[in-house]
Amino acid sequence: MSFSEADLAAIWLTLRLATTVTLLLLIIGTPIAWWLARTSSVWKAPIAAIVALPLILPPTVLGFYLLIAMGPHGFFGQFTQSLGLGTLPFTFWGLVIASVFYSMPFVVQPIQNAMEAIGERPLEVAATLRAGPFDRFFTVVLPLAKPGFITASILGFAHTVGEFGIILMIGGNIPGETRVISVQIYDHVEALEFMQAHALSGAMLIFSFSVLLALYWLQRKQKVSLLN
Amino acid sequence: MQSDISNNHIQASFQLKHPEAQDNSFILDIDLTLPSQGVTVIFGPSGSGKTTLLRCIAGLEEPDKGQLSINGEIWQNASLSMPTHKRPLGYVFQESSLFPHLTALGNLNYARKRAGKKASNQLYDHAIDIMGIHDILHRYPQQLSGGERQRVAIARALLINPLLLLMDEPLASLDKQRKQEIIPYLERLGSSLEIPIIYVSHSMDEVSRLADHVVVLKQGKVSAQGGLTEVFSQIDLPLDYGDDTGVVLQGHVIERDRKWHLARIAFSDGELWVRDRGDELNQAVRVRVLARDVSLTLTPDNDSSILNRLAVTVDEIAADTDEAMALIRLKTGSEYLIARLTCKSIDRLQLEPGKKLWAQIKSVALIS
Repeated sequence: MSFSEADLAAIWLTLRLATTVTLLLLIIGTPIAWWLARTSSVWKAPIAAIVALPLILPPTVLGFYLLIAMGPHGFFGQFTQSLGLGTLPFTFWGLVIASVFYSMPFVVQPIQNAMEAIGERPLEVAATLRAGPFDRFFTVVLPLAKPGFITASILGFAHTVGEFGIILMIGGNIPGETRVISVQIYDHVEALEFMQAHALSGAMLIFSFSVLLALYWLQRKQKVSLLN
Repeated sequence: MQSDISNNHIQASFQLKHPEAQDNSFILDIDLTLPSQGVTVIFGPSGSGKTTLLRCIAGLEEPDKGQLSINGEIWQNASLSMPTHKRPLGYVFQESSLFPHLTALGNLNYARKRAGKKASNQLYDHAIDIMGIHDILHRYPQQLSGGERQRVAIARALLINPLLLLMDEPLASLDKQRKQEIIPYLERLGSSLEIPIIYVSHSMDEVSRLADHVVVLKQGKVSAQGGLTEVFSQIDLPLDYGDDTGVVLQGHVIERDRKWHLARIAFSDGELWVRDRGDELNQAVRVRVLARDVSLTLTPDNDSSILNRLAVTVDEIAADTDEAMALIRLKTGSEYLIARLTCKSIDRLQLEPGKKLWAQIKSVALIS
């Protein structure tokens, strides 16, 4: 059982997409998580709800709105056209943007939880040691929230690898550009190529299981080290 | 001139209302002038606003109204409030506050890097030395005992090179044995630092051992303040210390009796024998005389087993919370003693202010 050229292209594309999205989400998600963890503003609940929407919204709904927004007549589409970038649907970067929205809660929530668990005290201590707000964030919050960042990276990456619906809506099925593993499997099944579908599905199953196993092991280890 | 006074004092006035109070009740409502040297202990029962006061001084709590100046330098007034990280203070929290992701040394260096002017190596060595933490610097906080963690936290607060050291019941989270282990370090600290220390405590033992100046808080208000001996020789204090009621006398060792293992302590106008702890001659010490250990006789009673006997004059008599008992303040020279007697005995001896008699002291505790 081996992968075809097209299968390998889909695997490579998927890994590239998931890595890009995870890195972007760590950059975008960290300030959002910090704000959500600290604020008592009336906007906390609405923003938290928007971040969490992809957890329950059908991917097709999110994909549909993003398609319209990024299309030639959408506000984002007009913006990208005015920059001379054309429109983003059916491109790799269109997938990246859609996936950033779609995987957002999987990155923001673990970071937010870890930041909330730090509590007020270490920040007060740092303030009495003359650390200003940015200093406190980089020398106290980030290191103490490290477990949250690890969980967030793993979940964000794995969740992007597993996307299907939103990819179909935004990206269609262009080899090497938007045809990721899940779409490739769908194609194999449509063409009744069950052997190839088996190979890719099996690989996905093993990947997903390993990721979750690693995550739970990690969490257990952290609990044990906290108890000591 | 006003400025002369404020230039070498700590002036603090804070008002903090209960968040949902309609009746103008305050969590804290104080106006204090504190000496800018020595150890000031903020003393009072839990819930009296001690920690809140300390947090206001540190800028960790935002009062409704606040004014604070340290030796003439304004930290807070109606129009300005310096954020905590701009205030040159050190703070020791009640429970362990070491950063768990840094070793003990990493925690010390965190302070050292941020100390206003570059902290000297001398200060560094001194802080490590005075807290006795040289051998545990490579360990993480999880690997330290509660007492060791607090010693590192105190050293860290010193290394920030503060102009004012704030300590919020640093011993409260420790068991009795660990407390006894740290108190000597704190005593050394108080006598070796040139900066003022404000120390929050509800323990009579800590106050009598560490304080130079005492502020007694009750329900957010100052109910007494002054020098250590002065505050605890008042008998009309609104706080009920119960069996802890007593005075603290400061004196020094003038004689050691090898045969009977006793030491003679001289204070301003009298002498007491205590058990010899091995203190050097002329060593400054504090002794505590509890009110329940003082009894009175009209004549010097040489048949008694009691060693310590002082000629005293009745100064004031006040009711005790127990209605069978009363507190009597006695003057001996310029110092005071307090005796706790039954009302029946007071009636029988016909005690009244101005009456001269003898106080027998059953036990004297050397506390530092």
